[in-house]
Amino acid sequence: MRANGPPAATAQDAGAHDAASIVALRGVDKVFPNGVSALAGLDLDIGRDEFVSLLGPSGCGKSTALRILAGLIAPSRGAVVWTDGGDDTDHRGEIGFVFQEPTLMPWANVADNVYMPLRLRGVSRKAARETIQSCLSLVGLDAFAQAYPRELSGGMKMRVSIARALSLRPKLLLMDEPFAALDEITRFRLNDDILRLQREFGCTIVFVTHSVYESVYLSTRIVVMAARPGRVVEEIAVAAASPRTEAFRTTPEYADLCRRTSAALHGAMGQDEHL
Amino acid sequence: MTVQSPGEGAPLTSRRDAALLLRVALPLALFALVIWGWERYVVAFGVPHYVLPAPSRIAHTMVADWPLLFASLLQTLKTTFLGLALAIVGGVGLAVLLSLSRVVEYSLYPYAVVLQVTPVVAISPLLLIYMPQETAVLTCAWIVAFFPILSNTTLGLRSVDRNLLELFELYGSTKPRCAPPWLGRLISRVKALWYLRAPAALPYFLGGLKIAGGLALIGAVVAEIAAGSAGAGSGLAYRIIESQFRLNIPRLFAALALLSLTGVVIFLVMSGISHLLLRRWHESALSKES
Ligand SMILES: Nc1ncnc2c1ncn2[C@@H]1O[C@H](COP(=O)(O)OP(=O)(O)OP(=O)(O)O)[C@@H](O)[C@H]1O
Ligand SMILES: [Mg+2]
Repeated sequence: MRANGPPAATAQDAGAHDAASIVALRGVDKVFPNGVSALAGLDLDIGRDEFVSLLGPSGCGKSTALRILAGLIAPSRGAVVWTDGGDDTDHRGEIGFVFQEPTLMPWANVADNVYMPLRLRGVSRKAARETIQSCLSLVGLDAFAQAYPRELSGGMKMRVSIARALSLRPKLLLMDEPFAALDEITRFRLNDDILRLQREFGCTIVFVTHSVYESVYLSTRIVVMAARPGRVVEEIAVAAASPRTEAFRTTPEYADLCRRTSAALHGAMGQDEHL
Repeated sequence: MTVQSPGEGAPLTSRRDAALLLRVALPLALFALVIWGWERYVVAFGVPHYVLPAPSRIAHTMVADWPLLFASLLQTLKTTFLGLALAIVGGVGLAVLLSLSRVVEYSLYPYAVVLQVTPVVAISPLLLIYMPQETAVLTCAWIVAFFPILSNTTLGLRSVDRNLLELFELYGSTKPRCAPPWLGRLISRVKALWYLRAPAALPYFLGGLKIAGGLALIGAVVAEIAAGSAGAGSGLAYRIIESQFRLNIPRLFAALALLSLTGVVIFLVMSGISHLLLRRWHESALSKES
């Protein structure tokens, strides 16, 4: 599973590279059983309290990288290195995962969907009630605790999915294009919600997106990836001040970052064509 | 759809009530018309009752022979529901085993299919040789009802959103501290089965149950008919065979009416159960068939 190098050495490297790193991908390759090479030599550091966006052309392995980070699939080569030691099974309780689709249980109401991770942890319904309530109010769905998923709009379902990911108070929140299917207005509102959540929860977020603007608005760091095989081609730090508001979208800094990110993305796609 | 906003509730409800009334009233009216026509026809042409008894005569026989017919009805009901219950236990149990272990699936599933595709009528004479009659009839009811439950439940247990399963993997599989890893895997599989696969499979299971309810009755009848010419049965199907031998056609019709009434009731009960369990979340609670 983890073939290259003694894990201790890589863990030390990680420490040297970034003192605040909590988890890192080190030289990760992923070759699927059907021979598709999705990732090759991917290095990715996730620092504490960072908001990292993965940006890249379709099929460049963003979802794969995220799933490897969560320990849902194993890398073919390389390793997922947790700075405090241990492997993904030790950290599962600290990870929240939001899929591109809401992925709710249709037979359970909103409260029960949010309760699911807690229930699997063996938390009683009574003890969980307060947590469920607070997670739902964070995403603004207090009034819909008893509704069933089919009675909700797409954006509301997505927010339930986010509330569910928050119910275990994750230290690391992994989100795979959570807003891809939503209209711009809803998207903007959820962007602000996510930033507020991060401030309130103090968690680290890795966020996959196709939108340059979204990545600039949200991130502290943008990781641009190229396809075939998936790898990192550029990292762009976004140093803008923390409580970002709509006003940020009109600053020259924002425009400049969008231009740079866009150029990097075009570069990544150009490389794709050359291959 | 059971949910409606209160504002438009009243007119919608009354329109739906009217539609429901029509759906009940129309078939009843047709039924009454056919019975009336039948009665007129028999009286007008003086058809002998051993060829075609009038509905009034059938009703009369039903009342007169009620103790006998009722005992037969109970017998048939007992066989049907016992067969169905065993089929549920066996079918769901096996489906769960299949979903937990590939080894079990590969070794057993083909036999379940063989059991299903072999026409029961062809097995029932054999069963009657090897088993006491009542057991043989019960076995027939069980065999035919078993497969729809097994195959539907198996399909349902498998048709869970892949992402939901991964989510369960992420949140549910804790590393057991002192137990061996296979036990941890089994525990997380059982958890996923209980919290995820079981509710996802429920609509499929209920679809299978609807089919199986009718089939259990057919199985019981087929076996009784196969047994009827040889032994001394007591179910409704046996009454039919017996009445035919004795040219007691009114009683034959009465037994037949009870039999189809039983089928209808079974269907309604199954649909009712299905509706009650699914109406909260499953869109196809009403129109779903399998
Ligand atoms: N289960 C799988 N089996 C085989 N190949 C896969 C599998 N999952 C992904 N791939 C391949 O791996 C590559 C990367 O897939 P991935 O889903 O990570 O892309 P992505 O960057 O998330 O794309 P998108 O932006 O379209 O979601 C693709 O070429 C895809 O065909
Ligand atoms: Mg993807």
